[in-house]
Amino acid sequence: MKFLNRKTNIDFMSRRKIALILSTVLIVISILSLATRGLNFGLDFTGGTLIEVGYPSPPNTAEVRENLANAGFDSVVQTFGAATDIVVRIPPSEIEESSAELSTRVLAALSAGVEGEIEMRRVEFVGPQVGEELAEQGILAVIYAMVGVFLYVMFRFQWRFSVGAVAALFHDITISMGIISLVQIEFDLTVVAAILAVVGYSLNDTIVLFDRIRENFPRYRKRQPVEVVNTSINETLSRTLMTSTTTLLVLIALFYFGGEIIHGFAFTLIVGVLVGTYSSIYVASSALLMLGVSKYDLMEVEKEGATLDARP
Amino acid sequence: MNQYSVWKYLLILVVVTVGIIYALPNFYGEDPALQITSSRGFELPAELSTNIDDALLVEKISFLSSEQEGNRLLYRFNNAEDQILAADAVREALGDQYVVALNLAHATPDGLRSIGGKPMTLGLDLQGGVHFLMQVDMDTARSQQLDRYVDDIRSVLRDNGVRYVSVRHEGNGLLAMLRTAEDRDKTLNLLNTDQSLQGLNITELPAGDTFGISATVQERQLLELQQTALKQNITTLRNRVNELGVAEPVIQQQGADRVVVQLPGVQDTVAAKKIIGATATLEYRAVDESNDAFTASQSGRIPPESRLYTDDNGNPILLKKRLIVSGDQLIGASASFDQQTGQPSVSVTLDGVGSKRMLDFTRDNVGNRMAVVYIEQKPNGSKIEDVISVAVVREPFGKRFQTTGLSSIQEASQLSLLLRAGALAAPMEIIEERTVGPSLGADNVAKGFKAVVIGFVLVLVLMAVYYRVFGLVANLALFANLVLLMSLLSMLGATLTMPGIAGIVLTIGMAVDANVLIFERIREEIRNGNTPQASIRAGYEKAFSTIADANITTLIAAFVLFLFGTGPVKGFAVTLSLGIVTSMFTAIMGTRSVINLVYGGKKRVRKLAI
Repeated sequence: MKFLNRKTNIDFMSRRKIALILSTVLIVISILSLATRGLNFGLDFTGGTLIEVGYPSPPNTAEVRENLANAGFDSVVQTFGAATDIVVRIPPSEIEESSAELSTRVLAALSAGVEGEIEMRRVEFVGPQVGEELAEQGILAVIYAMVGVFLYVMFRFQWRFSVGAVAALFHDITISMGIISLVQIEFDLTVVAAILAVVGYSLNDTIVLFDRIRENFPRYRKRQPVEVVNTSINETLSRTLMTSTTTLLVLIALFYFGGEIIHGFAFTLIVGVLVGTYSSIYVASSALLMLGVSKYDLMEVEKEGATLDARP
Repeated sequence: MNQYSVWKYLLILVVVTVGIIYALPNFYGEDPALQITSSRGFELPAELSTNIDDALLVEKISFLSSEQEGNRLLYRFNNAEDQILAADAVREALGDQYVVALNLAHATPDGLRSIGGKPMTLGLDLQGGVHFLMQVDMDTARSQQLDRYVDDIRSVLRDNGVRYVSVRHEGNGLLAMLRTAEDRDKTLNLLNTDQSLQGLNITELPAGDTFGISATVQERQLLELQQTALKQNITTLRNRVNELGVAEPVIQQQGADRVVVQLPGVQDTVAAKKIIGATATLEYRAVDESNDAFTASQSGRIPPESRLYTDDNGNPILLKKRLIVSGDQLIGASASFDQQTGQPSVSVTLDGVGSKRMLDFTRDNVGNRMAVVYIEQKPNGSKIEDVISVAVVREPFGKRFQTTGLSSIQEASQLSLLLRAGALAAPMEIIEERTVGPSLGADNVAKGFKAVVIGFVLVLVLMAVYYRVFGLVANLALFANLVLLMSLLSMLGATLTMPGIAGIVLTIGMAVDANVLIFERIREEIRNGNTPQASIRAGYEKAFSTIADANITTLIAAFVLFLFGTGPVKGFAVTLSLGIVTSMFTAIMGTRSVINLVYGGKKRVRKLAI
C-alpha cells in the first residue's frame, strides 16, 4: 500500500504567501486569545486544593455545590470523566489551614445526605510559591531547549537553518498554546510536558526536511533554491504523512482510552503534531527561502555517504 | 552482499536476550507481604524470625516464604486477608520495638532476583499514596541559631564570672552590653577563644555609659548550620516515617531548602500528615520561685530572667529563660504508666550533655519545681507552647526520668513517638501535597495499559499493511524496542508514572519514524531503478544521518526537560530519552539484521515486498 503511488510534484512553495498569511492570522489569534482569555491554569500553577471523590451513584452537582457553600467553602464543582466522579476545587485561602484538615472537612460536607460511602480518590494541594516556580521553570525550559537546538542545528547545518527551525518552533508553541487557550483546556504540568514534546516532534520533522534540502542543494546545482526546497518537500512527503499518521494513531488511542487525567496531554500533542507537520513545510522552509538560502551556503558540506561507507 | 558479520548478529541477540530477562520481573505480579523492621534502626536478632514463625503457627496463618534483606524481614502471604490477620498477630507478638508494615513485595523468582532483576517502581499516581513537598523555614532556623549563640555567650560569661548588662540578638547580629571596660576586654577575650563560640566576627562599639560589643555570625557558619538543620530534619522525618511503618518511602532533599516525602500505599493520610507535619519538641525549664506569677501577669512586670507561660489549668506561671534541657538532647522516650500514681507518662532518656545538665540542675534544686514545655510549630509560623507538667524535684536525677501530666495514654504514646523520632531542627511547612487513592491508581494503570496496547496494535497494523514484509520486520523491532525500554527502566530503578506511560506511547509513535525514513528511502532507490540489494543498502545508509540528526535534536529537548522538570515531567523526559536511544538501536541495527537474513543471502532478488 502507498499513500502516494508515484513521485509527487506538488508546488508547495508557490503557495507560501497564502501560508504566510494563514500562519500570521493563526499566531495573531493565538496571541489575542492568550492575552484576553488567557490560559485556564490548573492547580499546579494557581495553587489551592483539589479533591476528587467517587460517589456510589451520580450525584446532583448543584446539590453538592450547595452543601459545600453551606459548609463555608468557596469552591468549583465539576464532574470528572464518569458521572459518579466529582472534582472540587478550592482556591488558596487566606486562612491558614493544613490541607489535611481541609480535605477531611470537605469530605464531611460532601458526605452529608448521601447514602453509601464516598470514596476519596485524590487530593492535591499546591502552595502558591510552588506554582510560580513551575511557571518560571516551564518558560526557562522552552527557552533553553530553543537555544540548544539553535546551536546544534548551526553546528550541523548553517545559521539560516537554525533560524528556520527556531521560527517553526516558536510558531508551533504559540499556536498550540493559543488553541489550548481558545478551547480552555486546563493548563497543568502534563500539558507543559506535552508542549515540550511538541518541541521535540516539531524539531524532528523540521530536521528531516532540512536534511533532504542539504542533500539536494549539491545534487541539483542548476536549480533555483525554491525548486530545490519544493523537490525536497515532495521527496519527504510520504514519510511525513506516514510518521504523522502513526503518531496521531497512538495519540488518539491515548486521548480516548488513557483516562481523563491524560486528556489535556493527548489533546495538546494532537494539535502540536498537526501544526508541527504544517510548519516544517511552510514555516521552516519559507524562512530558509526568505533568508536567501543558496547552494553556496552548503557547498562545503560533504556528501554524507562518503563517511558512511564504513557503516553497516 | 547484504550481510552482517557474525558478531553483529551476536550483539543484537545478546542485547535482546538481556532485555527480555530484565523486562521479565514486570510480569510476575506482587505478593501481599509484611515488612518487619526495628523501630530504632537496630539490627534484627537472629531469633526474631523464629518468634514470628511461632506466632503465625499459633494463629494458623500460613505464609509463602520469609527472607531477610539487611535490616528488614519480609514475609509473603497467599492473599491480603492472611496478610492483615498476620499483621495483627505479629504486632502483638513483637510489641513496640518493631515496626510491622503492610507491603506488596514483587514476586520476582529468585533466579532473576539474584542477577538484580526487579520490576519498575510504580509512581504514586499509579499505586496510590501520599507525596509531600516540605519547605524548611530558614528565617526561623537562622533566628533560632542566633538565640542559641545568645544562650551560649551568656553561659560562658556566667561561668567566667563576668557580669553583663544584657546579651541579645538584634537583626542578624548579636549585641553584648557590659558595665566596665575591664569586663568588655575580658568578654572580647572569651569570645575570641572559647570553643563553643566559633564563627563570629567581633567588633567593639564606641564606649559610652556602657561598653558594648557587637558580633555577627559568619555567613559560612550560618550556611553550614542551616545545612545541618536540613540534614537533621531529613533524619527526623525518616525516623518518623519509619515509626509509621511505611514500606519503601522516599525522603530526599530537593534544592537548597526543601524535602520531598513520598509514602506509597499509605491510606490513612490524615494520620500520616499529623505525624510528619508535627514539629513538636520538649523543653525542661526551672520554675521561677522567687517571683509571683499572678502579680507579674497582672502588673505586666515580668522579671528579665523569666518568661510568662500559661499552664494546663490556665494559670500563669513564670519559668526561667535559661533552658535546662531541650528536645535535641533526648535520645529515647516511651509511653508508660507512672508507677506511683498510675497516670499516663513518658519515660525519657537523655544523652551525655543533657544528663549532666539535668543532674547539675536537680542537685541544686531539690524541693524546687521544674516544668516541661511542649512546643509545636504551626504551619503559619505561630507557635503553641503548653506547659504540660510542673513537678517538684524530689531527688537529683540525670539520664533517666519520667514526665507526667498527660491526659491519656494515647497522648503519651503520640508524644513519645514524636520525641523518639526527634525534633525538627527547623520548622517546616507542607507546600505541596498530592494524595492518590489506591483505586484511582489502579484505574490509571488499567487505562494507561489499555491506551498503550490499542495504540501499539494500530501502529502494527498500519505498518504491516503499508510496508508488507518490511513492515512486519519493523513491527518486530517495535516489540524489541518496548522490551528494551521496559528492561532499561527496570534496571535503572526508574519510577513509572502516568506521564511516563504517555512518554512510552509517544515513543512508539516516533520509534517507527526511523523505519519509515529508511523504508521510504528504499522505495525511492527502487523507483530510481536500482537493484533491490543496492536499494536496501543505500536506503539504510542515506537515512542514517537524517535519523541521527532528528533524534539528537529531540534528545536535546528531552534533556532540557529533564533538567528543569520535576516529578512527572522528569519521568516523561526519562522515558522519552531512553525510548529514543533504544529505538535507534532496534530500528536501525535490529531491522537491518532481520532484513539481511531475509534478503541478504539471496543472489538475485527480483522484487522487495515493500
